[in-house]
Order: sequence, then C-alpha cells, then structure tokens
Amino acid sequence: MILTGGFSDMFNIGQVLYYAAPIIMTGLSVGFAGKTGLFNIGASGQFTFGMYASILAAVKLSFLPPFLLCVTAVASGVLAGALWGLIPGILKALRNVHEVIACIMMNYIGMHLVNYLIRQTDIYDQLKNMTVRVPVNANISRLGLDAFFSVETASGSLRLSSAGGGIIIAVVASILLFVLLEKTKFGYELKSCGFNRDAARYAGINENRGIMLSMAIAGALAGLGGALIALAGTGRGIAVIDVLAHEGFQGIPVALLGLNNPIAIVFTGILVAYLTQSGFLLQRLNFAPEIIDIIIAVIIYFSALSLLIQGAVKFIFKIKKEKTESSAKNKPPSEGGGG
Amino acid sequence: MDLNTLFFLVQQMMFFSIPLLIVALGGMFAERSGVINIALEGIMIIGAFSGVLFLFYAQASTSMHPQLLLLVTILISGAAGVAISLPHAYASVHMKANQIISGTAVNMFAPAFAVYVARMIRSVQQIPFANIFYIESVPLLGGIPFAGSLLFQKTYITTYLGFVILAAAWIALYKTPFGLRLRSCGEHPQAADSAGISVYKIRYAGVMISGALAGIGGLVFVIPTSVTFDATVAGYGFLALAVLIFGQWKPGKILFAAFFFGLMKTVSVAYTSIAFLNSMSVPSAVYKMVPYIATLIVLSFTSRNSAAPKAAGIPYDKGGR
Repeated sequence: MILTGGFSDMFNIGQVLYYAAPIIMTGLSVGFAGKTGLFNIGASGQFTFGMYASILAAVKLSFLPPFLLCVTAVASGVLAGALWGLIPGILKALRNVHEVIACIMMNYIGMHLVNYLIRQTDIYDQLKNMTVRVPVNANISRLGLDAFFSVETASGSLRLSSAGGGIIIAVVASILLFVLLEKTKFGYELKSCGFNRDAARYAGINENRGIMLSMAIAGALAGLGGALIALAGTGRGIAVIDVLAHEGFQGIPVALLGLNNPIAIVFTGILVAYLTQSGFLLQRLNFAPEIIDIIIAVIIYFSALSLLIQGAVKFIFKIKKEKTESSAKNKPPSEGGGG
Repeated sequence: MDLNTLFFLVQQMMFFSIPLLIVALGGMFAERSGVINIALEGIMIIGAFSGVLFLFYAQASTSMHPQLLLLVTILISGAAGVAISLPHAYASVHMKANQIISGTAVNMFAPAFAVYVARMIRSVQQIPFANIFYIESVPLLGGIPFAGSLLFQKTYITTYLGFVILAAAWIALYKTPFGLRLRSCGEHPQAADSAGISVYKIRYAGVMISGALAGIGGLVFVIPTSVTFDATVAGYGFLALAVLIFGQWKPGKILFAAFFFGLMKTVSVAYTSIAFLNSMSVPSAVYKMVPYIATLIVLSFTSRNSAAPKAAGIPYDKGGR
C-alpha cells in the first residue's frame, strides 16, 4: 500500500501533487538558505504569515477582477513571507544573532501574531475556529488538472482531486531558483557567502547584504507555499490553535534529501507527499498514520549516512586522481620545473 | 506588588525554567564536545513518553511512595533519552554524517513513535497519569520565613533536581579532567587527539549525557504542567536550544537565561492573576509573544561576541588539520 498507494489511480496522483506543492516551496526555502550557508528553521512562521496575508488580501480585495485578485493575493503572501524571513536576516547580519534561534523565536511570534490578527482583521470563522473561506475568484486556476487526475465513482460522477496550478508554480519557482543560483552573478555571490564568508568579503562581496537578501528570498519562498495552500480552493484555512504549521518543518527533510538542489527538491517533495498520501490510505487498514512519519524519519536518518558513501566514492576517485597526477609529476618537466 | 504575588511568580517560574535549564545543560554537553544536538526536542518527547508510560502502568499496580516512584521514573526517562540519542551519536561521530540531518530525523521520529505506540496500546494518543508528586510544603525548610515560602512551598522534587544537575554539570565541566577533555574536543579536536584523548569516546559521552538530561527534562516538563502526555513538549526542546545559545554555552549563564525565559513565560501565562498587569488592557496575544520578542531583543544586544564552541557541527576527521 505504501509502495503503490500514491499512484494507484489518477485521483491519488492528483492528491500527491496537491500535497507536494507547499512542501516543495518550504523545501526550496530551507534549501536556498542552506546553499547560502544559513539554516532556515523558520519556514513554519514564514509559511503561516504568508498564508495569512494571502487570505487577508483575497477576502478584503474581493472587488478586484478574478485574475488580478489571484495575483495580488499570491504577491501579498510572498511579501509577507519575505518580511518574516528578512527580520532574522537583519538580526544575523547586523547584530550577529544566530539565525537558528532568531528563526525559532520568529516561528512562535508569527503563530501568536497571526492568531491574534485573524480575529482583529475580521476574517475569523467562529464556528470552525479558523479563517473564513477565500472567495472563489481568488483561487489559483486548476488548469483542468483536477479533472485530469480524477476517478469515476460507482454512480458515474467524477471524483475530482485537489491538484491545480500550485504544483506548476512550485516547479517554475524551482527552475527559476536553479537559474538564479547557478547562472547569475547574484547567485554566485550568495553561494560564496555560504562557502566561505571571509573569502567572500575579501573578494569584495557585501556579505551582510547577501545574508539579508537570502533570508528574505527564503522567506518569500515559504510565504509563496502558504499562498498556494490558501488559494488552492480546498477550503483549507489557518486554524486558530497554538501549534506551529507542519509544512514548515516538512520542508527541512525535503531540502535535506534533495541536498539543497532546487531541481532535486521538486522530486523529494513529491516523494514525501507521496508517502503522506499513502499514509492516509493505510488508515483504512487500521494503521496509525504516524507510521509514515516514522518511515520518513528512518529514510532521512539513512540519507545522512549515505553522505558517507558519497564521501567514500569521492575519496576513491581522489586516490586514483592523485596516482595519475603523481605519475605525471615523476616525468621530468620539459620546461621551467623546480619552483 | 505584594509578597504573595512574588511567591506565586517564583513558584510558577520554576515549572517553566527548570526543564529548560536541564535540557539546555544537556545541549551544552553535546555542543561543548563538538556535536550539535538539534534533536533535543525529540529526545525530550521520548524521555517524557517512556516516563509517563511507566507511570501509567506503575500507578495501576504498585503503591510506592510518590517521591520514590518519581525518582525511578526520572531514571527511566534518562535511560530512554540515552537510548534515543545513541543513533544520533553514531551518525554524527562514527559515520561523520551531517549532524543537522540526523538530529532532524530524531525530531521527526520521536513524536510519531510516541503517538504510534500510544495508539497501539490505548487506541488514543494521550496517556494519562495521576499527579501525586505535588509537595505543599517541604518539611522543616518550608517553615523558614520568606525563603521558605519562596523556594520550598508548592513545589516538586524535580525543581531541586534541576539545581543538583546544574551544580554537577558545572563541576563536571570545569573541575574534572573529563570536563577539560570535553571542552578541548569541542574547540580543537585535533589538538586533543594529539594529547592522547579519544575524541570519539568523548563525543559519544557528550551526546549520551545530553540524551540523559534531555530525557529527564522532558519528564520534568510534563509532570507539573499536565496530567496526560500528548506526544508533544510544546517546542521546549527548541526553546532550550535558544536558552543554550542565549547562555553562551556556559552553565551559569544558562541558568540566568532559563530563569529569564521562564519568568517571561510565567508573565505571559499568569498575567491575569497579577493585579497591575491585569489592570492594563493589553490583549492576551501580546503577552503570549512577550517571551520570544524579549529574547530576540536581549540577544540582539548581547550576541556581538558569540562564544560557540569552534568545532561544533564539524565531524572529526583524524587526517584533517
């Protein structure tokens, strides 16, 4: 069931893609910060704040035409996430506050602040103890994906899955990030801050600016993840309880399994979502769904060990290379030499 | 503010501060030996879970003296903490794995495991226990004016355990050969190795001590604040990590940091029973945020000279320079 559940029919594939979109985004958030030498454990707070901002924008600005409304709501989610990521970035760059502790604090501040603001800004649904439903106009278009990934029930009607534009946006974001990191000067600067801060400063790179920007971008990615959930049109809102958003923490294993590579994160995000969906199906067999978390934890643990194998492979290659190099050295150099 | 309010504040503060203190001291042993232990949260959950599970069965079958029972439970929690910290130690010492990854794995595993086992046993995820460990007043000491009501009334034996652990940690770290070896492994393991110290053994010891303390801390957190265990310690492991960094990896400063955070947390929970805070009509959400905002502000003024152990997070490689 674990192996085949997620792909057993088109409906389940759709659900996998729906769950994958936000955790790909939080995974990208953690991974991007990781590439620049920072550990963004604050994706949870950024995610919640982004989700809140996009719900707020969608509800309050519902007079806008549909497409514009959707774009505005997504943009406000991104901005709110960026703001929430920027604060630890500023503290790290200017006041040398450890980003892990600042992010943990921002997670809790974000959670309490959002719970408070939901009531204050009047988007609170008393009966369900969560945010009100987002107007239909604001939802991200499903692009027919929900109908494609669906099954026909016994009565002949289609059971639509929740797949939609979210996964497309997540994939596009990961490709953009890959290009940013690997093909632009700006990405190179950020990465060099991650590899060796002092060398980056020596090379004339403003490393404080790099830290702030990469935290803001990481926050924006997590905020976008929140917006994708809020605007997926599945009626999910922010429940007003004192629990940190789960998606933010799922982003950490997604990023770690993908070795912080934006393209790889798309696939690891789908893997984790796939296991989650299989876990729902396992409940029918009277298993507690937590078994999935145990399985993911074990996979992550062994992925940590797998780095060793990777290292061993590199080591063997290095020995071979050194042998060829030393044999090359033994030949008398034709010119120069000595040194 | 009258005296009774002060007594109340201090008594409440202990319930928040002591677990933070114990767990942060545990984190200190791991990090001073050179292993980042982000798994504190998961270890706390496992420690609290096995302790409460033991209580669940023991309270049904035996009628041991409550305080004795509590001490046995604490030992079990500590042992469970050591057990769950071993995979993390193995990955980060022997296998030279990324310590953040294996710590995160433990953090994910622990709550899932606790819920899973609880559901298998009781078909719901909560495990109840009877809270019979409350001490109204310590004999003799509770009668001392002022200090007696401040420190020895309405308390738990775990509070004093916290101070014992603090003293023991300070002595172990600064007054024993083991402590010196531990600190040198966290600062410059190659130099320690060349002086004949087994870096691997010291690092294992560091992580195992942190596992034991974090396991105990999990139980200490659950006992005074609840009568069921719900597979969560409310993020206290991460807060302990914050306290550790705030306390600059030193036992004395960690005590101060834990008290500071505990006091803020007490104010945020109990402000309605403090007259002058209640009279100001500030929304409760603000009080809930106060501990975290205050920590951020204090940190932004004190973090200029961060004293993190230099080799923390770097796997020891014998051939490295």
